[in-house]
Parts: sequence; structure tokens; C-alpha cells
Amino acid sequence: MEHGSFTDNSAATFSLTDEDHTIANAVRFTLNQDPRVTFCGYSIPHPSEARVNIRVQTTGDPAREVLKDACQNLMLMCRHVRCTFDKAVEDFKASNAVKALKIDSQDSSGDDSEESE
Amino acid sequence: MAEGAGEEKKKFSIWDLPDVPMGQLLPHLELQRSRVSCNKDAPIHTESIQYSGAYASMGINNSSRLDRFSNNFRVEVVRLNEDDMEFDMIGIDAAIANSFRRILIAELPTMAIEKVFIANNTSIIQDEVLAHRLGLVPIHVDPRLFYYLSENDQPNEKNTIVFKLHVQCKRGSPRITVKSDALKWLPNGSELVKETRNAASDSSSKPETYTYFSCSQETIPEFVKNLIIPKYPDIIIAKLGPGREIELEAHAVKGIGKTHAKWSPVATAWYRMLPEVVLLEDIEDDLAEELKSKCPVNVFDIEDLGKGEEQL
Repeated sequence: MEHGSFTDNSAATFSLTDEDHTIANAVRFTLNQDPRVTFCGYSIPHPSEARVNIRVQTTGDPAREVLKDACQNLMLMCRHVRCTFDKAVEDFKASNAVKALKIDSQDSSGDDSEESE
Repeated sequence: MAEGAGEEKKKFSIWDLPDVPMGQLLPHLELQRSRVSCNKDAPIHTESIQYSGAYASMGINNSSRLDRFSNNFRVEVVRLNEDDMEFDMIGIDAAIANSFRRILIAELPTMAIEKVFIANNTSIIQDEVLAHRLGLVPIHVDPRLFYYLSENDQPNEKNTIVFKLHVQCKRGSPRITVKSDALKWLPNGSELVKETRNAASDSSSKPETYTYFSCSQETIPEFVKNLIIPKYPDIIIAKLGPGREIELEAHAVKGIGKTHAKWSPVATAWYRMLPEVVLLEDIEDDLAEELKSKCPVNVFDIEDLGKGEEQL
């Protein structure tokens, strides 16, 4: 649902139902990264009601286009995170399998004290 | 980290200086933008400067474009066990990391027991308490193989898992503990017969039960060899004294953590910022050894300076 004015397209408040901080903060982050945006923020009118208001003000572009682009960016970002994560897990599993083989073949307990910090 | 020497105060235009890096922030501003510092009383610079025009007056573009993000983003897995996992995400903002954390806790589907049909419960554990405890038992099954069950659907083999629990403690024998391995999977669906109004009709056809399985779940390829059982067989569900009995049937359905915490797939998920320790002055020799031994997690490493001195 969009609350805007008919004359001015560049500023609008979008009211999303059944949403919460999870998506609102992420969308607000990607909106902020967009150079066309002068102001963006989100609010939750009441915590018992699952509704989020996202306010977007832009430098002239219609607000709903900017919001759509931000959502698209968020989707691409998440997709990239997913690919990178999958690859990292595979690499880790592969390297662990190799390590296990090496330890077995050398017959010594090689203790890798990894710095976890 | 921004390199290069930027000088803060000049009377002429700062762009004329040959060694000011164009398009990069001055070091102290870069520190503010990208690091949370822990002061004695509280951390500072905790809000991340996301606004694309934040440094517009200096002519620096703070907007993060997707290609830059893709190039700089890295994931490093630190630990991966069957039950837990720790990994570092480098180059991502706290907002997205928090969204991932919230999604992990609340919006990933799992299977958990939802409806419990109790035929007989003479134990001291009340019906509802028993049903609540059953709901919290984690079930070892891939939720992606099942569909959600809505109110209008009939429970069938695609959206329900049926378990049966029938334990009794004979008179004269000591108290027994009912553990979660007593839950037996019924791949053919419910065995409890519904009471139908017209009892006279169809005594020849199959009696109507609480689920409508059209085929046994054992025929589904993923379940041919793996039985569906609770993940941990030693969860205590109830205790029975002599002469008591529990007979019930439990139906597990797919759901998400938002509805009820029993459907949350993680015990918990959390994130924190990656700590960075910066030593303000060089530490050498004995002090270095002492500092290294004091740290319980072995963060510090000593490198030899070459002259025989040791430096941290």
C-alpha cells in the first residue's frame, strides 16, 4: 500500500503488512545506498500489529521505482551472499576432508590451533 | 582501510595536494565509517554510516554499488559440525547480517508435532503439558519434502508425519521414564478410527481415520532407508508410576518459528562484529612474551625482528 500525493511522485510512504524489522531494516539499508534517495526510514506503528511503514523521499525520481530498485538490489546482494556462502562451505568441507586424509596418512595428531578471533 | 596521508587543515583547495588520495576518505573518517571503537565506558561509532550522501560535501561517493560489494565480499567458515557452525562474513553490513539472523530464527520451516490425539493418559503429567512437551521434540526429517498444511487441507502423506506413543508401567514394577525414542513412526498414517455418525454403513470398507494417506510414506524414496525419528532419542517426555499408561497419536506438520518457537530450526543464532586489536605502540622482548601468554585465545603472535629482539 502506498500513501503518496498525486502531484508529487518523489516522496511516499509504503505500508507493508505482515512484515517486521527483518525486511524493513534490510530494505532501508539498500535504499540508503542509492544516491537518488534524500531520506528513507521505517517505523512500526504498533508492535502487536505486523505492519511496517517505509518512507522514501527522492531527488525527483518516482519513489516506487526507487523502492523497487532497492528491493532488486537487496535480492541480488542476497543471491551473491548465498553463492559465496555455498562455495565457502564446499571449500571448507573439501579442505577438511583433505586434512583428515593427511592426518590419517601421516599417523600423527597434527593440532591446528586456529585463531578464531 | 584508507591509505595515504591526508592533511586536515589547508587554506587552499585540498584537491591541489598531490598526495591526497582522490575519492577516498581521510584516515580518521575512514576509521569512523568502518570500525566500531570500544571506549572505556561504551562503544562509539556503532551506527553504520549508510547514507549515500554522507560525505557529499567532500565529494566522496558513499553509495555502495553492487559490483563493489560483490568484489569485496568474502565468507570464511571457521567451524562446521553437524550441530553448529561458525563463519565470518567480511564486507557486509550489520543490517543484512541481522536480517539473516532473524530469518534463521523465525522464518525457516521445520516439522514439529502440532496435534496430539490422546486416547489414554493416566499419568501424572497433564494432557496439555504432555502435548506441549511433544511439540518441542525435534524431528530428524528434511522439511523441504513436505507441504504446508492449511485449515482447508486434509492431512495426507504429503503434509503430515504421524507418530504413536504407547507406554504403560505395570503394577509392581518400578517407575519408568518415557524418552523420545518411544515415539514410533507410522508410515501408513493414523490408526485412530474416527467416530462416524452413520455406523451402520460400510463395515466392509476401511474405517475412517484422522489422516487420509493415499500411499505409505515408506514408498517415498527419501524415506525408504531412513526412518523418521526424533533427532535425539534420550529426551525425557514423561515419567510413569506403576499402573499408569499413556496412549496417544501425534501429528507433525510444517511450520515456521514465527508462529511458535517449536518450529525454529536453530537453538539460537547470533552475530557479532569481528574484533580487531590494534597495538598503539611497539612492544618488545619480555613484555611481548608476557602479553602473548596472558591472552587465553592465542590472539597474539610474536615475530622476530632479526636483531634478536622480539616484537609483537
